[in-house]
Amino acid sequence: MSDCRRQWNRENELPVYLAGTITTGPNQRKSYGMFSSVDGACDSKTVDCDNFSAGRRGTRTPRSDSRDRGRERERGRERERGRERERDSGRERERDRGRERDERLLIKGGRVVNDDLSQYADVYVEDGLIKQVGDNLEVPDDVRVLEVNGCLVIPGGIDVNTCLMKPHLGCSPVDDFYLGSRAALAGGTTMIIDHVTPQPGDSLLEAFELWQESADRKCCCDYSLHVDLPHWHPGVKDELEVLVQEKGINSFQVYMSYKDSFQMTDSQLYEVFSFLKELGAVVMLHAENGDLIAQEQRKVLSLGITGPEGHPLSHPEELEAEAVFRAITIGNRVNCPVYITKVMSKTAADTITQARRRGSVVFGEPITASLATDGSHYWSKNWAKAAAYVTSPPLSPDPTTPEHLHDLLACGDLQVVGSAHCAYSTSQKAIGKDDFTLIPEGTNGIEERMGFVWDKAVATGKMDANQFVAVTSTNTAKIFNLYPRKGRIAVGSDADIVIWDPDRTKTITSKLQQSALEYNIFEGMVCRGGPVVVVTQGRVVYEEGEGLRVQQGSGRFIPRQAFPDYAYQRITTRSKVKGKQGVSRGMYDGPVYDVLATPKYITPSPSAKTSPTSQQPPPIRNLHQSNFSLSGAQFDDNIPRRSGQRIVAPPGGRSNITNLG
Amino acid sequence: MAERKLLPRDSDDEGSLLSRLGTDSPKPRVKFGGMFCNVEGAYENKTLNFESSTSPTDGSTSPTDSSTSPTDGSTTDRLIIKGGKIVNDDQSFYADIYVEDGTIKQIGENLLVPGGVKTVDAYGHIVIPGGIDVNTSLQTSQLGMSPSDDFYHGTKAALAGGTTMIIDHVVPEPGASLLGAYDQWKDIADRGSCCDYSLHMDITRWHDGLFEEMESLVKNKGVNSFLIFMAYKDKFQSSDSQMYEMFGIIRDLGAIAQVHAENGDIIDEEQKRLLELGITGPEGHVLCHPEEVETEAVYRAITIAKQANCPLYITKVMSKSAADVIAKARKKGMVVYGEPITASLGTDGSHYWSKNWAKAAAFVMSPPLSPDPSTPDYLNSLLSCGDLQVTASGHSTFSTAQKAVGKDNFTLIPEGTNGIEERLAIVWEKAVATGKMDENEFVAVTSTNAAKLFNLYPRKGRIAVGSDADIVIWNPKETKTISAATHALTVEINIFEGMEVRGAPVVVISQGKIVLEGGKLNVTEGSGRFVPRKAYPDFIYKRIKARSKMADARGVPRGNYDGPVHDVISMTKSVPATPSSRGPQCPGKGPLGPTRNLHQSGFTLSGTQIDDHIPRRSAQRIVAPPGGRSNITSLS
Repeated sequence: MSDCRRQWNRENELPVYLAGTITTGPNQRKSYGMFSSVDGACDSKTVDCDNFSAGRRGTRTPRSDSRDRGRERERGRERERGRERERDSGRERERDRGRERDERLLIKGGRVVNDDLSQYADVYVEDGLIKQVGDNLEVPDDVRVLEVNGCLVIPGGIDVNTCLMKPHLGCSPVDDFYLGSRAALAGGTTMIIDHVTPQPGDSLLEAFELWQESADRKCCCDYSLHVDLPHWHPGVKDELEVLVQEKGINSFQVYMSYKDSFQMTDSQLYEVFSFLKELGAVVMLHAENGDLIAQEQRKVLSLGITGPEGHPLSHPEELEAEAVFRAITIGNRVNCPVYITKVMSKTAADTITQARRRGSVVFGEPITASLATDGSHYWSKNWAKAAAYVTSPPLSPDPTTPEHLHDLLACGDLQVVGSAHCAYSTSQKAIGKDDFTLIPEGTNGIEERMGFVWDKAVATGKMDANQFVAVTSTNTAKIFNLYPRKGRIAVGSDADIVIWDPDRTKTITSKLQQSALEYNIFEGMVCRGGPVVVVTQGRVVYEEGEGLRVQQGSGRFIPRQAFPDYAYQRITTRSKVKGKQGVSRGMYDGPVYDVLATPKYITPSPSAKTSPTSQQPPPIRNLHQSNFSLSGAQFDDNIPRRSGQRIVAPPGGRSNITNLG
Repeated sequence: MAERKLLPRDSDDEGSLLSRLGTDSPKPRVKFGGMFCNVEGAYENKTLNFESSTSPTDGSTSPTDSSTSPTDGSTTDRLIIKGGKIVNDDQSFYADIYVEDGTIKQIGENLLVPGGVKTVDAYGHIVIPGGIDVNTSLQTSQLGMSPSDDFYHGTKAALAGGTTMIIDHVVPEPGASLLGAYDQWKDIADRGSCCDYSLHMDITRWHDGLFEEMESLVKNKGVNSFLIFMAYKDKFQSSDSQMYEMFGIIRDLGAIAQVHAENGDIIDEEQKRLLELGITGPEGHVLCHPEEVETEAVYRAITIAKQANCPLYITKVMSKSAADVIAKARKKGMVVYGEPITASLGTDGSHYWSKNWAKAAAFVMSPPLSPDPSTPDYLNSLLSCGDLQVTASGHSTFSTAQKAVGKDNFTLIPEGTNGIEERLAIVWEKAVATGKMDENEFVAVTSTNAAKLFNLYPRKGRIAVGSDADIVIWNPKETKTISAATHALTVEINIFEGMEVRGAPVVVISQGKIVLEGGKLNVTEGSGRFVPRKAYPDFIYKRIKARSKMADARGVPRGNYDGPVHDVISMTKSVPATPSSRGPQCPGKGPLGPTRNLHQSGFTLSGTQIDDHIPRRSAQRIVAPPGGRSNITSLS
């Protein structure tokens, strides 16, 4: 809300489609009272995306685009590409689109809940967009009317962390984009942001296209993509620029864990942060200390522990908290927004809380699993059950963890709920039956996400419905620059709407789930609250009692602009304010000790901590040998070398020093 | 003297090593009760009988070190200190002390002493155990420059300030032998040191045989503490893996891990950035060593130590947030100790912005002084409540001419400040005179805690029968102004210049000899003895040992998994293709795997691979269809 305003004010020239609506400032909202549902109340809060790009598939970029005229061309190209894609996808999709357009919906009698206010209002949907919000709407006759009888009408959930295509040792998750997004819709989530996970050495762009292609074919709901950085070298920088500026990616994940494959050193992290900050992207971190995990794994295996309980034993909570602390420190130094994926433990969450209290720009994302269950199941006698819980960072064995994380979510210290849905079947998990380090990591949660937050936080009185909308949808949309297109019920936003029944109860079981998994980690848990109707892109895809009606491949890729206000406004100001300045002094004119050219302090580094981007790939050296070499530029080249050590001023003698202060 | 009993039997396995520990525990002390308990025999349990175990070398009360022969007359030095108030870390009482042969022989009133004994008058003063400075670098050269205060000048200044023992850091050249560096240091210190000393060993680089050297140092050489650097990238810095393994080794040896806690990676990047910005003066030093970088490293070190179940000692706690992390970790039960230094207790980092380059450069040290002016007060408070335990000096001084090597580039300024002489006075002024701590705590943080942590107790750090006669007679009322003009150091700038301190030593007795009296120093170069320290200090290791027993992780007994298993295609990519993350494998722990050149990305499947035991197939086949219900062992 106030967010949009800020952004508009910043832009010198308002986009055409805003010119009319800005006249009533959102400041006046309050005068309409709690149940303000007159027409126009919502006008100024939203953007009529329709005028702008006519809702064409694959071309709708968020409005902030207009800021940059130089990008017009690119958008043109993008549009063409979008059209091509459409053409390629053939006739059947044209048919879908036809039907889509026909779908006009009036949602009547619900209580519209946004993150800032709730109001009783009807919602009229046409062409996949919300056209009107208010009482006594004037709508055409042939409209399908959904009577919702006091249920909540909320923006569809956005699942910010899914891995529907992440390969592990060559096998793909059993829930691909089709099954995964089906499950998402069934649970009230209408958009996912999936992780593109290239392997070390792969091209990021190729991986991105592979993911996009697969998702375009299969995904049933709108999606966007994060790109994970498996390695860091100069070539990556070019790819990142292309991804941010042309492909609509504004978030990248880096790993502090997975030693010898994905893990980056602190130097590399510093460089990645610096570079992504220039690009205006959000840095996401898998925060665990990989060095120590590797050591602990070795230790645990050497103790003869090979079962899934070895996983939490080798991934203790402290290592997560330590990495979170380190990531935040680096983020502070670079002045870059940091987003911690998968907050699994109390200590990690507390670390984030404390950092926020000190003013750091950091966001935390607990996931369905950490919010609903705990790590005691790793000790289950049933191998398959124990293995199903294996994820990194692991679930904390402390049973009070879910409560604590919900408390922090409710008070805003954690902001976003993801699912980290990455489903491997039991037979795939069984790759690690003799060695827990080989068990593919990932749990389910895409379908259960909204339900558990409601059940554990709203139904228990920890948070209200508005905060529920914020953590399941709106905050994500803000952080990743999807707002207000997603994450809000307002005129001009996408018609991703969920009719939520707070009184419904459901027992989670793998028999009734959409996912192809044999084992649901929430098996048997009873969950209050759930979706009655799910509308995505203006079409009803789920109705209680009638089940899912989804169209494979109907999901659109949603590009995201760089520099999301929610994350970057503070950062930009701080960069301006916090310039560093030296002290102007007179020249030092006293004696200077002559330094003997010492080869010993410039020996080649034994640590691989030097980042390869800052310098040419280092020559191959035997790391255990200490052969001195003076070839090449040295860091003290600027100091004149003498053969001997001579003291210009005798030690202890008073020297003649510039004395200015 | 348990340490000497160990020496001939260095091949002992740890089990028997452990069994003998704790026999000289200071525990029984409490039993003898009484505030003024000073009858003979009351201290029997607390002290070690040095005479009985060595063949008495002439005039030497030194337990092991016969190479240094103290100057003649040390045997005839008999002293009686009269009328003072003896202050130990646990109690204060009025009594006289009789010193003979460098040890305290009697404590009490109306002592029977031979004639011809010199009487030292301590009326109105307090009599405290001599200070122990656990962090000095009197021999560590930087950029090839030796510190301007060497062992002689440094220990002279120490004695002038009431410190009667130092523990100096041995810093071998990266890659050089630890034992070689140790011998070199010991040799120099034996010749130069005026007070008793001991040595810490710094680990500057991994090399083959490191573990054996460490073992030999602990078992034969009397070193029980090792310092690891988390900063100084590409020079001394250790990776997390190395630290973990090192901590494991140190724990097994019964030693103490010390860390220099700063994130070297971040510092390195910030240094580059600042130099690019054109900031070359000393203020660049504090800008690129921000407080949170110290805090982060402290946090990480504690995490790693927790995992390795190793006692941890953080040297040079310079900032509030770093001290807070230590305090919090202690509250969570971790065995971690923090050492603020004279500079961080006495002054702050605002001087880095001084217009006078020489003055600003004099403050350069790592981690830097915090620019936050409330830091000294805060650290003194934590020291008083026991969250920080030890004060040291971090003394390492370079003359202005030496500092000027970095006049155009702050990264070249040799790091180090003075503080060896001012330490006791500054703690007294800032903490005792202000009412933050009492005199017993003062003794604890300046002497006793250090002695306990590094296993010198009760030989050092206590005034008791049988302890070394390292005694300071302290006048709490005397006021003094610190100045480079009057200090005993050779360096031109004193970072505490002009500071007025209450409390000063009147008489300092080291090894039973008066070295400071009436404002006059009377030291003998080379009279200092090396004091060996044995492994497994009780103060630290009792808890560690109990935790080792408790911490055994156990697996879950399960039936064999008999369900379908997904076939894995052979993946060449699982071989590390990029430079391995945080440093190379360390050589410490034998054959952990074939050595690979981590900088080469040639894939190879020769040698054992992590997934060798998985049958390799050329294709990916799913044994059980995805989504199908599989047949799983169901035991629960």
